[in-house]
Amino acid sequence: MNRYLTGSIDFLLAGPRWVRRIWRSSLLLRVTTTTLVLSILVMAALGFSLLSRVTSGLLEAKDRASVGEAAAGLSEAQRVLDAAYTGTTTPSAARLVDSVVTTLAARAGSPGQFDVLLLSSGPTPDAPERGTNLVSVTSVPPALRTAVTDSKRQSWTYTDIKSLDGRSTPGLVVGGPLSVPSVGEYELYYLFPLTQEQQTLDLVRSSVIVTGLLLVGLLALVAGLITRQVVVPVRAAARTALRFSEGYLSERMKVRGEDDLARLAGAFNDMAASIARQIKQLEGLSRVQRRFVSDVSHELRTPLTTIRMAADVMFEERASFDGPTARAAELLQAQLDRFESLLVDLLEISRFDAGAAVLEADPFDLYALVSRVIDGSTSLAERNGVPLRLHSEGEPKLLYADSRRIDRVIRNLVGNAIEHGNDRGVDVTIGSNEEAAAVTVRDYGVGLRPGEASLVFNRFWRADPARARTTGGSGLGLAIALEDARLHGGWLEAWGEPGAGACFRLTLPLNVRATFISSPLDLYADDSAPASSSAIENVEVR
Amino acid sequence: MSTQPGAPLSARGRVLIVDDDQALSEMLGIVLRGEGFDPVFCGDGAQALQVFRSCKPDVVLLDLMLPGRDGIDVCRSIRAESGVPIVMLTAKTDTVDIVVGLESGADDYIVKPFKPKELVARIRARMRRNDDAPPLTLTIGDLAIDVSGHQVTRDGQALSLTPLEFDLLVCLARRPGKVFTREVLLQEVWGYRHAADTRLVNVHVQRLRAKIEHDPEDPAIVVTVRGVGYKAGSA
Repeated sequence: MNRYLTGSIDFLLAGPRWVRRIWRSSLLLRVTTTTLVLSILVMAALGFSLLSRVTSGLLEAKDRASVGEAAAGLSEAQRVLDAAYTGTTTPSAARLVDSVVTTLAARAGSPGQFDVLLLSSGPTPDAPERGTNLVSVTSVPPALRTAVTDSKRQSWTYTDIKSLDGRSTPGLVVGGPLSVPSVGEYELYYLFPLTQEQQTLDLVRSSVIVTGLLLVGLLALVAGLITRQVVVPVRAAARTALRFSEGYLSERMKVRGEDDLARLAGAFNDMAASIARQIKQLEGLSRVQRRFVSDVSHELRTPLTTIRMAADVMFEERASFDGPTARAAELLQAQLDRFESLLVDLLEISRFDAGAAVLEADPFDLYALVSRVIDGSTSLAERNGVPLRLHSEGEPKLLYADSRRIDRVIRNLVGNAIEHGNDRGVDVTIGSNEEAAAVTVRDYGVGLRPGEASLVFNRFWRADPARARTTGGSGLGLAIALEDARLHGGWLEAWGEPGAGACFRLTLPLNVRATFISSPLDLYADDSAPASSSAIENVEVR
Repeated sequence: MSTQPGAPLSARGRVLIVDDDQALSEMLGIVLRGEGFDPVFCGDGAQALQVFRSCKPDVVLLDLMLPGRDGIDVCRSIRAESGVPIVMLTAKTDTVDIVVGLESGADDYIVKPFKPKELVARIRARMRRNDDAPPLTLTIGDLAIDVSGHQVTRDGQALSLTPLEFDLLVCLARRPGKVFTREVLLQEVWGYRHAADTRLVNVHVQRLRAKIEHDPEDPAIVVTVRGVGYKAGSA
């Protein structure tokens, strides 16, 4: 019932959107309204049955009294008539009728409890008809007259009592046959006005309505108050929970009394305390880790600098060494480069893991940045025989992001593409829309096997462990690039197909951490559409 | 000084190395001597200022993590009495550490581990002074810049700028209204041939503004061009 009702109210409120929003968002409003509507229905039903019982009770009593009075009046009238003929002279019809009506009217008392109407039912055209108090003949419904004349018995019905001057009151009419000797058949009608009963009923009705409305209002008020008692603490709890989730970990609810709401507040506070404790613990761990990374960084970097410089000095002097020693100096130099880049990448990754990576956003021109990276990579590209091409509308695209990180990502992607590309070259494309900018780096080299597109971002992952390495690299480059993209709230995705090459797409919101829906560039927007076997595998990070 | 045996070498520049790691200091000494510099060593932050005063170096190489006294502190006190070029040696790459170092007065920084050539290039870049420039006076805003005399004056009052800040201001003031990207400034003022850390530019522009602007919060002489770089406005 309740659900049906709520549903129908929902339907009624389907109009303006804000009404629906308030309706859905306020428990208080919903409970109060539901109570109001339900109590109106209950009150209406109660009032209706009460009124009908009072009405029927009142009328029943009136009916009995009226019919009794009419029967008594009828026999009195008959007696008056019969007595008139016991005399010596035969009175005229008009006088007879007059005397009957006068006698009966006298019984009615002074304010006129009823009116009387004496009507002729015979065929006599000039038979006199009389009534009291200007009561009109039309007050008697024809159906009643027929019933009285046909059955020769007393009958009654409700009617509107009309007087000759046009007034009309609800009333009861009781009729019976009366025979006037030597004149013919008459009907005698008693008309009882129901004015008093009507007044009583009006009074009862208005009392019922007023009482009902008051009760309904009171019920709604009570429902509202009771709901408020529950809703207010619940709203406070929601506010507290919201503040807590915003990072105010010391936020707690007030515990008052020992009722269910107090238990809720207590349980919430316990939960909050436990979460705050765990967060603190994790923060401590993270701080320790960050500290460790920083220390390791320093402790390793200083001796490495010395080694590095020593190796460099030896490397510069290798011409004066004998063959094997000179070669050793060369190897030392080369491996130090590798060691160094590995160390730097490891420290960077552990900084991400420790949550110590900080984004430093500046506005910069993405096109200028990518051009710089490409300029810087040209010599390596030429050495590998891989032509580099930059495609863009060329218009400056202002991006609000950490330019050092973006530079690192692009450098990494271009470097990878040169390493894995061939003489078909590498296409770097820049695109943008209203909310995001994207860079794709496409090569046409060995490509990626199915399933590998998501693996390339794994740490130390290698497409082919046996493959000779040309440009080195720590194996962490793409993992770091992915973390950098994630830090910006952007995506880094890969697509590849064996023999057709690979494509990497970096998509960044124009404003750091802003949301965007789609990338301005396709991941494989070129001549070689991917075959169905190598469905695109996105590693999307938001 | 000409009587000292090291005198001919010192013509190429004396470098004060403040670092507590003995092996690194020694190695730095070997490399710098090989390049013709005259290295002076100091392994303790507490004595750094004293050594600095007595040896009057042309460039200071300063490790940020020092026993005795913090490298940042040493940097500040040297900067308080001299505009000598300071290059920080740092093992920390976090922005906070680098920016704090630059803000305490370092002109440039180099992250460990570095290649000897890189270090030498940094030192040379900081030492190169265009002393034989023709007499030239530039005006920007209400500032008069005597390029050959290395002096900036406002209403006859000399403003004390470090050589780096001076170079930065001259670079911008030579072509008023032209927008310089941070990369171009790194090339022109710091002598970086490849893209480097643009934070260097940001920090030093702020230091420069603090000295020359009437209201550093609302700069009128060195104006930021959002998303591009800086220009000298002639407000």
